[in-house]
Amino acid sequence: MSIQVLNPTHEGDFKSFKAAEGLKSLKGANVGIISNGKKGTFHFFNALEELLIKNHGVKKVIRVVKKNYSAPAESEIMTEVKKWDAVVAGVGD
Amino acid sequence: MLKSKSYKLNNYSNVQEYFHSHNWTDGLPIVPPTPETVKDLLEWSNVEPEHLIGIEPVRSRPITAEKLAINAVMAGCLPEHFPLVCESFSAMLKEPFLLHGSTASTGGCAILIIINGPIRQQLGMNGTFNALGSSDRATTVIGRAIRLILCNLLDVRPGDVDRSTLGHPGKFSFCIAEDEENTNWLSLAEDRDIPQGMSAVTVMSAGSPRQIMNEWTTNPEEILDTFVAEIKSCMRHYSIWPGNYAIVIPPQLRVHFEDSQWSKKDIRRYVFNHARIKRKEWGECGKASIIGNKGEKEYTALTDENHLLVIAAGGPAGGFGAIIPPWFGTKSKAVTQPLGVCLDCGPE
Repeated sequence: MSIQVLNPTHEGDFKSFKAAEGLKSLKGANVGIISNGKKGTFHFFNALEELLIKNHGVKKVIRVVKKNYSAPAESEIMTEVKKWDAVVAGVGD
Repeated sequence: MLKSKSYKLNNYSNVQEYFHSHNWTDGLPIVPPTPETVKDLLEWSNVEPEHLIGIEPVRSRPITAEKLAINAVMAGCLPEHFPLVCESFSAMLKEPFLLHGSTASTGGCAILIIINGPIRQQLGMNGTFNALGSSDRATTVIGRAIRLILCNLLDVRPGDVDRSTLGHPGKFSFCIAEDEENTNWLSLAEDRDIPQGMSAVTVMSAGSPRQIMNEWTTNPEEILDTFVAEIKSCMRHYSIWPGNYAIVIPPQLRVHFEDSQWSKKDIRRYVFNHARIKRKEWGECGKASIIGNKGEKEYTALTDENHLLVIAAGGPAGGFGAIIPPWFGTKSKAVTQPLGVCLDCGPE
């Protein structure tokens, strides 16, 4: 005798998410880094900023820090994101 | 009508292997969630499968009663346990609880659920012997259901959304009933503004319990000094930030407070006044490099005395107690909700 069982996981609505198209080049781009704000990340993001500008021709790196590193980025930050060409989700510890 | 995808498997063993192979369990065997058993849970609570318990805000993920019921069956819940599963998860979805942060963090906390009110006795819950370690069927399966729901609905599996460095055993199940019968104190729920006689759940993002012992005094202040020492130890060794600490007081120590007419409020005030350390104390435990120029700055375990959750629980013998630290300061706040007040309220 077979047993019918139900799927316990979330099902559906994944199609609504679509990855953004990647930039062909970082040259001249405005790139944002959203830092989760942990102290240990600052040196890393400083280095990343330098790398993006010196090695990849990024025009400007915009640095923002979340108020709470365990919560989603504030709506003000998400509004700013729309003005950038690319964004780095800076999760670090 | 149930909407979840279903599978026909040959036998009980195949069900176990199927669920394990899909990473849908916590490593323990599950009760097969058949359409009939899932419907039994939903009907007991008089909720439709599509009833929205809430929406997880980070990924805008809807949490329906059907999916909670499937996981509750898997955990071993009976229909009468299901309202507490729904209420607990609803409380966890409240913004102050910061569900994503507490379940994803490297800090590795578990969700502690504290049950108050008549529902405890109706479900045969035991807030006495072994109160913090699978003391009875109802608390064990309700706590496990919450963990399975996190894994299966929000991907809070180790290495996936759950980034815990260590975690702790409470992640299997961490649910206790307060021992309201053997004390003259107000219950935790009453202390948190739930009317007397009403059942309620309190959820807290909780570190692992740290046991204390003091059998050598009857003085309430001395007993609390032992609890406070453990809280201060936590502030020195783990996190200095204030938050919802819980303390669990079993009968052998409780009687000394009651004999001296100390209420929970008196306890909260004493702990608030005494659980404080200076930043320079970090120098005694290997953290001198981050004292900076704030060595004399005082830090409190509680920013408000009402942030302390005082819980009466534990077996009758033994001068033990426990403190349960918050996951990480005030980032996640304990939430208390009455049970079954409104079935159709929907998410806030």
